[in-house]
Amino acid sequence: MKDNQLSNILNQYDAQEQVDGQLYTLNLGPTHPATHGIFQNVLTMDGERILHSEQTVGYIHRAFEKIAERRNFTQITTLTDRLNYCSAPINNIGWHMTVEKLLGIEMPKRVDYMRVIMMELARIADHLVCNSVIGVDTGALTGFTYVFQDREKIYDMYEQVCGARMTTNMGRIGGFDRDFTPKFHELLKDFLKTFPARFQEFSNLIERNRIFMDRTIGAGAISAERALNYSFAGPNLRAAGVDYDVRVASPYSSYQDFDFIIPIGTAGDTYDRFMVRQQEIWESLKIINQAYNNLPEGDFHADVPEFFLPEKAEVYSNMEALIYHFKIVMGETDVPAGEVYHSVEGGNGELGFYLVSDGGRSPYRLHFRRPCFIYYQAYPEMIKGSVISDAIVTMSSMNVIAGELDG
Amino acid sequence: MTSEFVLEAINREFPEAVISSSEPYGFLTVEVKKEELKKVIHHLKESSLNFMFLTDICGIHYPDNKEKELGVIYHLHNLQENFRIRIKSFFPKDNAEVDSITDLYSGANWMERETYDFYGITFKGHPDLRVILNMEELGYHPLLKEYALEDGSRTDKDDSMFGR
Repeated sequence: MKDNQLSNILNQYDAQEQVDGQLYTLNLGPTHPATHGIFQNVLTMDGERILHSEQTVGYIHRAFEKIAERRNFTQITTLTDRLNYCSAPINNIGWHMTVEKLLGIEMPKRVDYMRVIMMELARIADHLVCNSVIGVDTGALTGFTYVFQDREKIYDMYEQVCGARMTTNMGRIGGFDRDFTPKFHELLKDFLKTFPARFQEFSNLIERNRIFMDRTIGAGAISAERALNYSFAGPNLRAAGVDYDVRVASPYSSYQDFDFIIPIGTAGDTYDRFMVRQQEIWESLKIINQAYNNLPEGDFHADVPEFFLPEKAEVYSNMEALIYHFKIVMGETDVPAGEVYHSVEGGNGELGFYLVSDGGRSPYRLHFRRPCFIYYQAYPEMIKGSVISDAIVTMSSMNVIAGELDG
Repeated sequence: MTSEFVLEAINREFPEAVISSSEPYGFLTVEVKKEELKKVIHHLKESSLNFMFLTDICGIHYPDNKEKELGVIYHLHNLQENFRIRIKSFFPKDNAEVDSITDLYSGANWMERETYDFYGITFKGHPDLRVILNMEELGYHPLLKEYALEDGSRTDKDDSMFGR
């Protein structure tokens, strides 16, 4: 490290006289199990204390926004999958809703409810991974192996709806490409029956565990004011005590029909972030139960032949269906010119889509508000002065997803 | 809070700043002069309008708009009233510089770096304006429209059969 860099760091550090011994630089990442992806932190350390840190992102940046300018609106769904791959259906459906807003398509009630069910299942899967990984980073591997079985069950359900498990490409502009299958109903009923007890077991294992509490309470705390100033959203903001949730503030799909609460924390530390996610899983279960028990009859897609692939049998016998099939596959349908911003509550927080169309086959400009990208600029402030083991737990409690960080 | 109310408040405080305003899909959109941009955002945040949440910053490029090729777009949110506003500002490409708002919103830091990285828009007063997602040696701003998606100098890819 150059001398002037070092003195800059020391000047920033408020308790300069307390620094004892030799400072050294520690390279945490880019590839390290604790970074949950490819994400570099260069830490300036005084013994075990972190005096300063510097983040480097972009290792898996894939020019998403540039590629989107050359893809048609349907093809972009596959790109959104790879943002927050732990809850891919939320990204997919959020994108579809943005395009539908631009096109002015009205959805049948059944599609809205189906979407809510899939998005909440995705949220549960996302939170389960995040919370169990906080456990792993504090040394509790057991919970991780418990909840991964439940995540697998959710993935089995995805498979019934779209054929894929991880990067789902779920749904189409205008609804779903198929209705819930009989097997899906079976799996969902089984999940709703067995999951609460299994999740309770996981909660009992970790939530009041003395070691876990000692490791997480007070670690990586951020105040509500600072969190807002950093544009935090989602569980990380709610843990600091601000009850902002896109599902309630600006309801999309059919969230206004369901009864649920927004769990909030007080301290904004790692433990609160963990607990907010835990409680959100219970709320998501509540929403799924309500949506599934009141699932309306009707079509599983809107009447938009320009975007919705016709049945294969019809393509072979009906000229109109053949034309539409061709138009969709070649991406020949224009969408009206205009600009639209739509946001959904992703697993990580407000996931926003800003879309500018010039009336062509692909977006003129597409920008994503990626929550993970926004959180990690606050990370140096949150870990300053703490020890390295706290920094690791803080990182996982903010739910780092490298795909979303780099876009 | 309504769009008329917010627009009137901005017009009253900065009579010269607003170039145009519209409401696409119910979202208040205001184009302001580049020189007044930071003052307008500062006012939106600190006054009783209370837009305390910076949702997003991004750039946009219109190569055919002379003297207004590049633009920067801000999305702000008043959480209490649940009201959103979009602020835009355009400027020529050879003088692509606006004031940084990192001192108003800490969250603007990486968003401005991202905009700089992709469009070459510099933010005056930014504490650490470097590229963020692309590598530093790249040397150009890839989201500008003059750069094609695929590298034309590549010889190992033959797309002639696909009509591209």
